[in-house]
Amino acid sequence: MREILAKKITEAIQNLCIEANTDLSEDVLAALNKALTKEESPTGREVLRQLINNAKIAKQEKVPLCQDTGTAVVFIEIGQEVRIIEGSLEEAIHTGVSLGYHKGSLRKSMVADPLKRKNTGDNAPAVIHTEIVPGENIKIGLLCKGGGAENRSAVKMFNPTAAKEEIERFILETVEKAGPDACPPFIIGIGIGGNFDTVSLIAKKALLRPVGKHHSEKDTADWERELQEKINKLGVGPMGLGGRITALAVNIEKRPCHISSLPVAVNIECHAHRYKEATI
Amino acid sequence: MVEIIKIKTPLTDHDIQSLKAGNELLISGKIYTARDAAHREFKGNPPFDVKGQILYYASPTPAKPKTVIGSIGPTTSSRMDAFTPELIKKGLKATIGKGNRGREVVAAMKKYKAVYLVVPGGAAALLAKHIKKAKVMAYPELGPEAVLELEVLDFPAIVAIDSKGRNLFEIGKKEYRR
Repeated sequence: MREILAKKITEAIQNLCIEANTDLSEDVLAALNKALTKEESPTGREVLRQLINNAKIAKQEKVPLCQDTGTAVVFIEIGQEVRIIEGSLEEAIHTGVSLGYHKGSLRKSMVADPLKRKNTGDNAPAVIHTEIVPGENIKIGLLCKGGGAENRSAVKMFNPTAAKEEIERFILETVEKAGPDACPPFIIGIGIGGNFDTVSLIAKKALLRPVGKHHSEKDTADWERELQEKINKLGVGPMGLGGRITALAVNIEKRPCHISSLPVAVNIECHAHRYKEATI
Repeated sequence: MVEIIKIKTPLTDHDIQSLKAGNELLISGKIYTARDAAHREFKGNPPFDVKGQILYYASPTPAKPKTVIGSIGPTTSSRMDAFTPELIKKGLKATIGKGNRGREVVAAMKKYKAVYLVVPGGAAALLAKHIKKAKVMAYPELGPEAVLELEVLDFPAIVAIDSKGRNLFEIGKKEYRR
């Protein structure tokens, strides 16, 4: 049994909030650079150049890439040999978010009640997904998810007999509808299977895969490539002003599901994909 | 090569009519921020003269010490569509945001000569570099959603919809669709 102080979790979360919002990951930056070489639209190329330049400035000056510094979505894997001491896990995470958003001069974008809409003032609470795994470490993944792209995500419950083409049509329509508002070029997370709740979660988890890495099953990996090609034929382009690059990546995750169900979720992520990990 | 056009605020009808969808601009002078909450507060009457001016749909992150302003990229413009025609009628010459605009906004832009400009969402750190001064102009109680008067220098923007109603979202998508 390994004992881990709750404040270690707070510290890790605090640092991840700042790091994720100011330092665009290498994989995303590489994808933007690659997009710049492929984009045919001059306006699209100008947008991509500005985004690459923006990432450099944000990193150098430690300022947020985007003013929407997002909801803090925390994926935490806790080794079953770990005991968290001197504080509760949830409290430790929320405090980490609160400290990180204050110290990093990040925007506070959470409201306490979805209808009364009063800002909580510190970007807490985080959205927390906890998993118990073998081992004696804690692995934390933090995704700072902007509102614009999240708003354009969708879930649909298909009949289990649905043709692959029907699922494709739903995915392409969701991406096209997300259009200019959700800040393309996108990373598209697709969940297939599970039930109403898990399908959204695996669509979001699909976003956590490094850009450029495909699914381990060959047929699924091939479908990811095909879908990306089809999405890039939509013409939406960087910021929706027309172009050949609408998606930087399409990632699919699957789960077993009920004989009468075929849930599909599409989670849209903007090009400012802010995800960082830490292990305690 | 795309032509880059330098413009200075306040803008005249003549300035506006020379701009075409797809033009890249560098804006200098004063521009004003306003988003959802400020538009609700305007009740059709903004607390400053909008004649010849530009509204930027944005709210910054908190400024770090010794900096002019925090990161400040655009928010989705269509949420302001219901309020925009009236402001254009009062003489507003340009709006800056991200995403497409509704039919009524474009109709007002054609009738009263105005343009809609786009800056890349997520380019917030880069855009802040072009802001030389910032002060709260109205509604300090709205926090980040207060109306700010910004002094900008070579602020880069793309003409997405011009005063003839040409729309780069539609033209661009059609051109690159396969």
